[in-house]
Amino acid sequence: MHDVSFDIALGESVAIVGASGAGKSTLLALLAGLDLPSSGRVLLEGQDLARLDEDGRARLRAQRVGFVFQAFHLIPALTALENVMLPLELSGSSSEARSAALNSLERVGLRARTGHYPRQLSGGEQQRVALARAFVTQPAVLFADEPTGNLDTVTGGRVGELLFELNASSHTTLVLVTHDLGLSARCARTIRMEAGRVV
Amino acid sequence: MRALSLALRSLAREWRSGELGVLLLALSVAVAALTGVGFLVSRISTAVALQASEVLAADIRLGSPQPVNEQYFEEAKRRGLSTARNTALLSVVFNGERSQLTNLRAVTDGYPLRGHVLIADEAFAAGRQARGIPPPGEIWPDSKLLSAIDVHVGSQVSIGAATFRVGHVLISRPDQGGTFAELAPTLLMNDADLTATQLIQPGSRVSYRALFAGERTRIDEFKTWLSTHKKQGERVHDITDASPQIRNAVERAGRFLSLASLVSVLLCAIAVAMSARRYVHRHLDTVALLKTLGASRAFTLSVNVLQLLAVAIVAAIVGCGVGFLAQEWLLRTLRGLLAVDLPPPSLVPAAIGFMTAIAVLIGFALPPLLQLSRTPALRVLRRDVGPPPPLTLLAFGPAVAVVVFLVYWVVRDWKLFLGFTAGLAGFLLVLALAGALLVFLAGRLRGRVGVAWRFGVANLSRRRSESIVQIVAFGTGIMVLLLLGIVRDDLNSDWRRTLPADIPNYFFINIPPGDRDAFVQFLKDRGAKTARVLPMIRGRLTRIKGRSVEELKFSGEEGENFATREQNLTWATEPGGDNRIVAGEWWKPADYGKPLVSLSTEFQDSLGVNVGDRLSFDIAGEPFDVQVASIRKVKWDSFQPNFFVVFAPGVLEKTAGTYITSANLKPGDARSLSQLARRFPSVSIFDIEDLLAQVRSVLDKAILAVQSVFVFTLFAGLTVLLAAVQSSRDERRFESAMLRTLGARRATVLQGVLSEFTTLGLLSGFLASAGASVAAYFMDTRVLQLHYTFDLWICVEGLVGGALLVATTGWLATRSVVNQPPLKTLRA
Repeated sequence: MHDVSFDIALGESVAIVGASGAGKSTLLALLAGLDLPSSGRVLLEGQDLARLDEDGRARLRAQRVGFVFQAFHLIPALTALENVMLPLELSGSSSEARSAALNSLERVGLRARTGHYPRQLSGGEQQRVALARAFVTQPAVLFADEPTGNLDTVTGGRVGELLFELNASSHTTLVLVTHDLGLSARCARTIRMEAGRVV
Repeated sequence: MRALSLALRSLAREWRSGELGVLLLALSVAVAALTGVGFLVSRISTAVALQASEVLAADIRLGSPQPVNEQYFEEAKRRGLSTARNTALLSVVFNGERSQLTNLRAVTDGYPLRGHVLIADEAFAAGRQARGIPPPGEIWPDSKLLSAIDVHVGSQVSIGAATFRVGHVLISRPDQGGTFAELAPTLLMNDADLTATQLIQPGSRVSYRALFAGERTRIDEFKTWLSTHKKQGERVHDITDASPQIRNAVERAGRFLSLASLVSVLLCAIAVAMSARRYVHRHLDTVALLKTLGASRAFTLSVNVLQLLAVAIVAAIVGCGVGFLAQEWLLRTLRGLLAVDLPPPSLVPAAIGFMTAIAVLIGFALPPLLQLSRTPALRVLRRDVGPPPPLTLLAFGPAVAVVVFLVYWVVRDWKLFLGFTAGLAGFLLVLALAGALLVFLAGRLRGRVGVAWRFGVANLSRRRSESIVQIVAFGTGIMVLLLLGIVRDDLNSDWRRTLPADIPNYFFINIPPGDRDAFVQFLKDRGAKTARVLPMIRGRLTRIKGRSVEELKFSGEEGENFATREQNLTWATEPGGDNRIVAGEWWKPADYGKPLVSLSTEFQDSLGVNVGDRLSFDIAGEPFDVQVASIRKVKWDSFQPNFFVVFAPGVLEKTAGTYITSANLKPGDARSLSQLARRFPSVSIFDIEDLLAQVRSVLDKAILAVQSVFVFTLFAGLTVLLAAVQSSRDERRFESAMLRTLGARRATVLQGVLSEFTTLGLLSGFLASAGASVAAYFMDTRVLQLHYTFDLWICVEGLVGGALLVATTGWLATRSVVNQPPLKTLRA
């Protein structure tokens, strides 16, 4: 990745688009502190991620960041409710975890599926649980990596709809990596990538 | 051929990607454990046998009342065996006017062929190893003889027609024996001097002994030859007829070591089964893809079988090497504790290692491989499609067959085999049920614990079948380790109980009735713990149930001895704590004076007499007709005075006799013993301290063997646990990455892993302690004939040990998972 420099304002929604191998996911990983740049800086809410150690970046993620992945990445050992409670518990707010998680599941329309395990849920349902998990901490920034990539068009459309609804109501900054032109069109700004550069 | 080519090509690729690592590790460790134990057992068993042969001072000893036929020596030399002679006779040794009846031992170069003669320069001093035998013209008298005739090193003494210089003091000989045949003081002299003494005359009572030693198989062959060529009156002894304490020690050690090998075999099977499951799981996609590309079922099966076979061969080579190095290292570490040099190991354990690797693979990896080959091609499109469920017989049949084969091969005893396998099957069932219970309880409890514990416990719950398998594996591993510990402790305490620290170390016989009280007082004054004092009278058995013993035929040599030799007889009011009445009744005061006897079980067994039968004895020319009142089981190794035949009080009192007792004196209390020898010159002192030291040394070696194997099995168990934990690494890697992405600190993830394994370990540990206690009860009471005591600490050890063992192993196995950056996993 070369010569990449941009700011994302609070509450802004940004789509990162580009062909496979353009460096979209690498950029997302850098922005979320899952990876560190070999040179240059990434500031998240004014904090230089390179100056934090791994646990420091994990703490920042637990408090300020939400994630949605293409492959859903729910923990198979935990129920839908437990998966949603997890980020709250990790950030130390265990007392209200249960009610907040139930509330969040309610918002994605899965109140009735709280005791189900990931393997008992459809792809669309799993991604809705992932959305509930992402928003339950009311994160400052939500990183979504191809959130509809593993879903059929109809389900993907519904999940996309839900993502923007939740984003709007939570005033969360949204950084979205996608191939879906419909989704990118709904973002306030589009960053296009090609061979590791922003074009 | 195509299958072989693909198998080898993909083997190299899979090896690079670490696919077969776990299976190779599991199988190598299994083979290493088995061969390591095999090498160790073979070497220590041989060492124990060698040590036991020291008691004979040879591997084979032939005793004869006539000079030993030269042909025997020639034959032995022809077979490459070493030989020596040991001629024993009683004679009087003089120092001026002082004299003492002495047991003369004339030996030739090479004596002793096994063990060492210990000598010193002062009476009753600590001995050092002698180099060679007394040179001609020199004798080595023992401490009692020195005291009795008041001589010291450098003095001249005369024996028969010759005069000798006292060279050293004989402290001990390996073959001084555990019987009381040689109660007179002893001296060692050179066989070449015997003629000069002119002691051997026609009619002299001389006992000739020929000693033979050499390599085991040659000795066995020679023993067979000797048994067929020996003349009447000649007796052949080898280590199997050595003193009963040593025989018992060797037998017990052998049984226990077999049991330890058995553990390794089972850990083998568990490790391979777990690794095979993982291997199959990881190859479902490859098989589906091969089938999509047109491969037949037989082809995919061949590819996998050939790959595993290659792994088995490599594992067997690596395992044998590691096993050999491990036991070599262990034995080098313990060398200081071992008195004898260990013989080199045989190659048999290596061959067994190879066979076991293949057998275990057939039993435990072939069924899942057959299953793998049934994976439908459709899986390339639908990942949830797997092979159809297997037939139970096919899934478990080979495993059971291999376990039966291996277990029986190791124990070679149907009773032990059946007891062990039935217990094991029951235990596995209980563990599996308890594992299922844990899964159920985990679901209930996880809402009430913190996030890390919830994550850990939820993992147990989700991987239900895997959790059960792991509980069974861990539980079995821990149980076996605990079982070894319990049985080892019981063996240890039984041996220690047999030989407590204050056991009598000196026997005193020929105590004149008039000196009896003064003698006991003398010992008491010197702080010695004295055992019971019993009368001792010589007598001969003449009739059994009215028939003369000369007319009767006895099947065993022992019966012949009892019937024809002079017996030591006694009378007593109490049977003593080391005697247990097994038939009839011990006499009451009202029976005193009645002609009743109590017999030991050995006497009863070899002569076929029972309670109520009539016996006749000839005691000092007077006939005594008696009736058998009771049969006693005598614990001979109590080292208390004991007799085969005990009379009721009031029968033998008028007969001339002496007294016998034993006492515990401070080892090497030379002054007391010298004073005693002077004050009571007619009393013969029999020093059993040296015999005890020999027995203890053999027992210690047996315990050492047991402990070494125990340590080795512990390592094997740990490595198998490691292999088991590794089978869920992929899932753990993903989960850990997700947790880290969602903001979990490394410590939280680690806590989750530890909580999972701690819970697993606690439950396995609890079940293992319960199982081990039950198994130990049966092992102790039914197999090893030991006393069993329940120990609550075993449960605590099981719980704490299980939790620590599994948590540590889990941590070691998952450390790299926790440390791996999350991005790497999520992108993969």
